[in-house]
Amino acid sequence: MSGTLTLNKITAQRGISVGDAAKKIADLGWNPSYVQEAMTFPTDYKIAKAPKDPMKQVLRSYFPMQEEKDNRVYGALDAALRGDMFRNVEPRWVEWMKLFLAIIPFPEISAARSMAMVGRLAPGEDLRTGFTMQMVDEFRHSTIQMNLKKWYMENYIDPAGFDITEEAFGKCYATTIGRQFGEGFITGDAITSANVYLTVVAETAFTNTLFVAMPSEAARNGDYALPTVFLSVQSDESRHIGNGHSMLMSMLKEPENHLLLERDMRYAFWQNHAIVDAAIGTFIEYGTTNRDKTKESYAEMWHRWIFEDYYRTYMLPLEKYGIKIHHDDVQTAWKRLTEKHYVHKVAQFFAVGWSANFWRIEAQTDKDFEWFEHKYPGWYAQFGDFWKWYEKLSHRGQTNILFNSDVGYVYPHRCWSCLVPCLIREDMVTGEIDGKLYTFAHELDRWTAVEAFAGEYQGRPTPAMGRFSGRREWESVYHNVDIADAIKDLGFVRTDGKTLVAQPHLRFDDKEMWTLDDVRGHILKSPLLTLREMSPTDREKHLAEYRKGFTINPCN
Amino acid sequence: MTAVQSVPAKSGAAGAAVFPDSDSRKYRYFEPRSKRATHYEDVTVDVQPDPERYLLQDWIISFPNGKGAYTKDNTAALSSNWHTFRAPDQEWERTHYQRQSKIETMVQSVIANGRKSGAPKGFDKAWVKILQNHLGAWKHAEFGLGTSLMQAQRYGYTQMINNATLTNSSYKLRLAQDITLYLAEIGMDIPGFDDMAGKRAWLEDKGWQGTREAIESIMGSADYLEQYFATNIVFEPLVGELFRSGFLMQAGSPNGDFITPAVISAAEADYERNLANTIDLMHLLVSDNQHAAHNKKLFQGWVNKHVALAGKAAAGLQPIWSQPHSKPVQYADVRAQSVERIKKILGELGLVLPKE
Repeated sequence: MSGTLTLNKITAQRGISVGDAAKKIADLGWNPSYVQEAMTFPTDYKIAKAPKDPMKQVLRSYFPMQEEKDNRVYGALDAALRGDMFRNVEPRWVEWMKLFLAIIPFPEISAARSMAMVGRLAPGEDLRTGFTMQMVDEFRHSTIQMNLKKWYMENYIDPAGFDITEEAFGKCYATTIGRQFGEGFITGDAITSANVYLTVVAETAFTNTLFVAMPSEAARNGDYALPTVFLSVQSDESRHIGNGHSMLMSMLKEPENHLLLERDMRYAFWQNHAIVDAAIGTFIEYGTTNRDKTKESYAEMWHRWIFEDYYRTYMLPLEKYGIKIHHDDVQTAWKRLTEKHYVHKVAQFFAVGWSANFWRIEAQTDKDFEWFEHKYPGWYAQFGDFWKWYEKLSHRGQTNILFNSDVGYVYPHRCWSCLVPCLIREDMVTGEIDGKLYTFAHELDRWTAVEAFAGEYQGRPTPAMGRFSGRREWESVYHNVDIADAIKDLGFVRTDGKTLVAQPHLRFDDKEMWTLDDVRGHILKSPLLTLREMSPTDREKHLAEYRKGFTINPCN
Repeated sequence: MTAVQSVPAKSGAAGAAVFPDSDSRKYRYFEPRSKRATHYEDVTVDVQPDPERYLLQDWIISFPNGKGAYTKDNTAALSSNWHTFRAPDQEWERTHYQRQSKIETMVQSVIANGRKSGAPKGFDKAWVKILQNHLGAWKHAEFGLGTSLMQAQRYGYTQMINNATLTNSSYKLRLAQDITLYLAEIGMDIPGFDDMAGKRAWLEDKGWQGTREAIESIMGSADYLEQYFATNIVFEPLVGELFRSGFLMQAGSPNGDFITPAVISAAEADYERNLANTIDLMHLLVSDNQHAAHNKKLFQGWVNKHVALAGKAAAGLQPIWSQPHSKPVQYADVRAQSVERIKKILGELGLVLPKE
């Protein structure tokens, strides 16, 4: 039958187009004439051109779409419980979620706050809806992640560590890295932080490893909850990437911004690499029990997501706008991940410090060794014995690996810039800020702290730029303190007042669980304060030795 | 046999083994407001850190002036414990989307059904002008409050304060867009409807300049708490509710318009929640065991400043009440109601309405 009558034809009515709707909404703003808005977010950038919204966004369709996404997420969590997910989940994986989920809600909510900053600085109101949606999205991400963590706490075999999560976030030597990430979104030059560091680099490049690669690994470990939540989170990111790019295009129009953009792209790329790859690389490679050799390693995924997708298709084209792109930095990051075993050294560092953590770390075993060697040739020679030691020393009565001189591990200096320690020993450098000595993991970290985060950059005043501050070297907080007292002060003790939250194994048996008495008697030292106390000659000697690295003793 | 025999748990599920804290299934780093933590508290409290609570290393990046990411002096108000506040609406992401989505669905259904029945063509002609010019102007007031609160949500000292401010901003920006799209849609059904007239009125009409000045004064404040206070404690009862409930919602149907009151009604429910949040926070501050007197004095200053602006705004809008053909309400009556309303609100906080 031709010309069929449908309900749609009967009920259809003329509506306004999406483009027209977005245009009318963008016209809600005006230039105040009675009272000017206070410019409370400092920036050294000049933004004259109003950013455009290529996505034509309106809240009318946004809220129902997000509610539907939420319904799917919460439905899936219910289904996971009905399907007895935790019976089959790999504890090795869930333990690392204690660290990951302690960190991530703060960067997320910081991103929400940063929308105030770009919203105020962007001329015009074209992108206001985009910023509004991102603000509410980030509020979504932060609270949905807190909810996921609560859900793990309620249903996983060992809730300790989840139960102190936000307190632990503020205190732990590992979460300090995540705090550098989150504070980076909201502090200092508003464009550097809220646009370049957050949106142009973190969200556009690194959320792929955070929110896509990690969920895949979660699923391989019997955890269907994390993929459900995080893939839903990631589905919001494309809008955020659009916001960032649009803002970036506005800034590119001003030639005087180009030097600052070069600086900030460089800082943001390097620090995102240093922080995100350290954390997510460790979770994916060391939190898994799945050793399928056909799956991509973190390095392989990085090459696909960061090198091919981001570097080649996003960063490189910026050159045609006159922005100098530091190709060498990308190559250096790639080499750190492959030839220099960056992720493996981070995992080793977290394992060495297990007693001051708030999650359990299990030893890697033969099955893991084979996979690592397959994916990262040369791995076994560098790390095999270490993990054998770790397993051997995981039993109560052994000397804590952090202080066990039989192992041969040398505790690292902390990088004052990215806050990940100087783990690639040969790359470690020092530098001075206001006459004080600091240690850095790489020359680019020194450049970040000393040259980029300063009041002047290459002769140009940069009064809005932030500064690195606070007690950045975690170890200096507990300099000359017994590790047991430090752990107690951190609150990383279970409610019986003696058993550590962290354990170097997955044996859920109180007889196997380390207590304060098992670690007492060893004194923590700050490598930085110790270095500063040395004479110039001793310091040079120490640094030369440090750069030579260390050898793990054979473990029989 | 090895000296230590370990039995790996066969299941990763709660209860599969018993050991210290194997039953610790509540967040134990904050004091819930009541006996048990609410879901809102669990997903909200302490996500924004504080050097006075758990931030061991202090803020690790600072602004050039040495201040960290969040400092107490972003407002002139003082508190002996900023962390006490819990938003009475208990909003977190899921409840926020559920509520906003329901409102959007309701608003769109009302508009679609109204248009389907040809309702806009039946609106009284004078009323159409009112919608075009005055509801059209009002959408900018809502937008201004939304952007102002978006700015404010960056600065509060705790997650609870900032999230309550954020959802308030989200509600306001949604309403501004709802009105915009509503007018655009009925404009297609009403010949000669001028979609741009509202903005012209907002920028140029004498009657709207008081409202614009009041809104710009809130937007221009560099004190986030003043922005939140002025919006919900002063502007909303004296101007927002006055115009929305006191005019649009009551005069709509006598002038043949059953759509506008429904579109606007959501805003009144939004405001009830935002008012509850604001009063709770301000009440904590005016009854603070160390800073009550300081805060009361500060707030009274804000009241004096913004009541004067809101009074001027309301007076500017007065002629609108006489513009419809059917006049079910008088300005003087609704103005008296809004004065009563703000007196009650201020009374809760021990503040007084300044004499005109």
